[in-house]
Amino acid sequence: MNFKHKYLFLLPGFLVLLGILIFPIGFTVRLSLSSWDSFFPGLDFIGLENYTRLFTDDPRFWEAFQRLSFMSVITVFLQYTIGFALAHMVWKEIKFQRFFRVLFLIPMMTTPVIMTVIWKTVFHESLGPVNDFFSLFGVTPLWLSSEALSKVTVIIVEVWQWTPFMFLLLLAGLLSLPKEPFLAASIDGAGPIRKFVYVTFPLMAPISIGAIIIRLIEASKIMDTVYVLTSGGPGTSSETSSFYIFIKGLREFQFGYSAALSLTYLIIMIISLTIIAKMLVKLMIRS
Amino acid sequence: MKKMIKISTLTVTASLLAVAAQADKWSDQFPHIKNTGDIAGECSYESMSKKDYSGQKLTINTHAVPVIGEPTALHAEQFSKLTGAEVNVIHTPAGDLYSKAMVPFQAGQAPYDIVFGFSNFIRDWKQYLQPVPAKYVNMRQMQDVTQSHIDVNSWDGEMIQFPIDGDRHYLKYRKDVIDNPEYQAKYKAETGNELRVPQTWKEYGEMATFFNGWDWDNDGELEYGSAEVMKKDDLMFAAFFSRSVAYAKNPRVPGGYFFDLESMEPLINGPGFVEALTDWVEATKYVPPGGINFGLGDEINSFGGGQTLFSFSWDDAFVAAMQDDSPIKNKVGAAPLPGSDRVWNRSSGAWENEFNQAPYIVWGWTAAVAKASKNQDVAFDYLCFFANDANHQADIAIGRFGVNPFKKSDFVPELYVERQGWDPEIAKQYAETLMEMEEGSTNRVFPLRVPGVFQFNSAIATGTSKALAGQLSPQEALDEVAAEWKKIVKRIGADTVREAYAIGVALEDNL
Repeated sequence: MNFKHKYLFLLPGFLVLLGILIFPIGFTVRLSLSSWDSFFPGLDFIGLENYTRLFTDDPRFWEAFQRLSFMSVITVFLQYTIGFALAHMVWKEIKFQRFFRVLFLIPMMTTPVIMTVIWKTVFHESLGPVNDFFSLFGVTPLWLSSEALSKVTVIIVEVWQWTPFMFLLLLAGLLSLPKEPFLAASIDGAGPIRKFVYVTFPLMAPISIGAIIIRLIEASKIMDTVYVLTSGGPGTSSETSSFYIFIKGLREFQFGYSAALSLTYLIIMIISLTIIAKMLVKLMIRS
Repeated sequence: MKKMIKISTLTVTASLLAVAAQADKWSDQFPHIKNTGDIAGECSYESMSKKDYSGQKLTINTHAVPVIGEPTALHAEQFSKLTGAEVNVIHTPAGDLYSKAMVPFQAGQAPYDIVFGFSNFIRDWKQYLQPVPAKYVNMRQMQDVTQSHIDVNSWDGEMIQFPIDGDRHYLKYRKDVIDNPEYQAKYKAETGNELRVPQTWKEYGEMATFFNGWDWDNDGELEYGSAEVMKKDDLMFAAFFSRSVAYAKNPRVPGGYFFDLESMEPLINGPGFVEALTDWVEATKYVPPGGINFGLGDEINSFGGGQTLFSFSWDDAFVAAMQDDSPIKNKVGAAPLPGSDRVWNRSSGAWENEFNQAPYIVWGWTAAVAKASKNQDVAFDYLCFFANDANHQADIAIGRFGVNPFKKSDFVPELYVERQGWDPEIAKQYAETLMEMEEGSTNRVFPLRVPGVFQFNSAIATGTSKALAGQLSPQEALDEVAAEWKKIVKRIGADTVREAYAIGVALEDNL
């Protein structure tokens, strides 16, 4: 029997794949080999010039990448810790369990840019309520305009916004855990801490790894929070890779160069997240 | 100039009387112009009502509400009622106005008939824009536009953008403090200097420092020295140029302010600019807490809300301070940007120890018709209607609209006294300050209008913000900017940049 017509059925899916994945990536690769900017619109061919510029003459990108790595690792660690604690809390039978489950999800359901604008008002150094409170103790921290604190502020807002996502995944994981290991641990006389360390945490490891990787991917794209809160400042102290790419692409209109930045960034992220995932598996599951 | 103001006053008064009789007809229908009624002209309400654009559609890309976005939408609605045209207004954040128009321009598409943007986009946009037709350039309404704003909207003598707004940076100060005899005596006693409208940036800094961090208006809140646009990538480069013109724009040295026109070597790390940046770094000590992160909106709210003694940038902070709901209405003054007691001469490589001042005719809002638009007649009529005398007079009275004076008839103090309740002395000072900057000075600096202007401005924002944050010294920061500018010039081509820059230099050198 001739099954060649089966390819016809694959065609719609293939075309969709081509349209939404392969073509944009292919176009970005081609764009990265051109000098397209506001003055030279068009796909001329300049070889690897943009990549040479990136690797030899653009320390700002690499500084932004280091900053991003620091901020995303801290952010995701805090989200995981707080998210796990909250999920663990409402996993048990407690009063107003449903209320708390919904309450903890609210930040994630808000619009990030709008909430960041609100946070910016909250942290406003001379007009915001946070410093109104701190001024009672004679201090007015510079939440948005100090080199160190501006990063902390971005991390606070990101943790507030996205911890619910971690909470949701981890709660789903906890609810799906089998009861038998916990019963066995109880029979063996294990207390709550031992149960958590030797039963809950190991059983949650696969879900934890998935949640951490998903959040790391998202956190590495941090852009709107930085854009609204600090514009990457003061100086370049809170500038992240994606914000820098945004500046080069959509502020300075250097399309060709920003395409090279994007592709390089994509490759670095694929490699580093693969390594991180393997390390987490080794650390959390095998050990 | 006084003679000119008198003539303008008579003209405006006469036109006000002339329109009074027919004001009711249109102002009843369009309350926005209730103060003036319709004012006769080529694009008045009366003239537009005679056009029939039924079945024609305009799409406009403009700024977000309220600044410029609100008057765009309001005048679109009025235009639609008068002419029958369907007008679709799309609002875009300021930072995306350039790219949102540029992407379809480059792709050969025409999603917008009219694009709003900043006047310094002109070099990059001009090839995609339809020059303003002669009938609009020569009409009476356009004859009233100041030469500076004709120049800002033109490229090599051809008007590309339609003047709808006027902008310049000038000094705003708390008149109730600077003119207060008690504070004048206190300042004299403690510093040995006169408390007066600051003539130089050094005086500005000394006064701002003196009035920083205490409750000098007895409202129970702390006040500060100055509110400035210091937030990176939020128009801060314009604030830096305002601070640097006095030190770096030498009227005796033609041939470029940003670059040496002959060699296209950046001048941005010269001693004049470094001195200005050093002053600006000092300013971080007398801005309100977090002032280093102030964008334009913060600056307007801070000065307009009575938080600081000084401010300098666009008109908006002054207009906001003089609105009826402002706590400091009629307590503010306007003056030219401070000068300096020395100016750098790059030809001789030495400072010249004499007073210098230079107005910065900063870029502002403008609008233009896309070359690929199929409704160019309707589009130009819309822009002409937007800027007609009645709409313009109403728009400049509303601070949030972002429409500021750019017509000679705007610089008549009586307008502000009668229609907006300004103190006559403040109105006179305001009108004279602006008019002097527009028409009086021969040492003006125009915004950089070259290919890739955003790359140059972005480099300035990055470098100066590093200095403000203490990451680099002023000299190191501007050396970094100069190195980046050299790379941009090399990428785009020195001749290409020079060709465009020469047009701005000709204006600055009064050629």
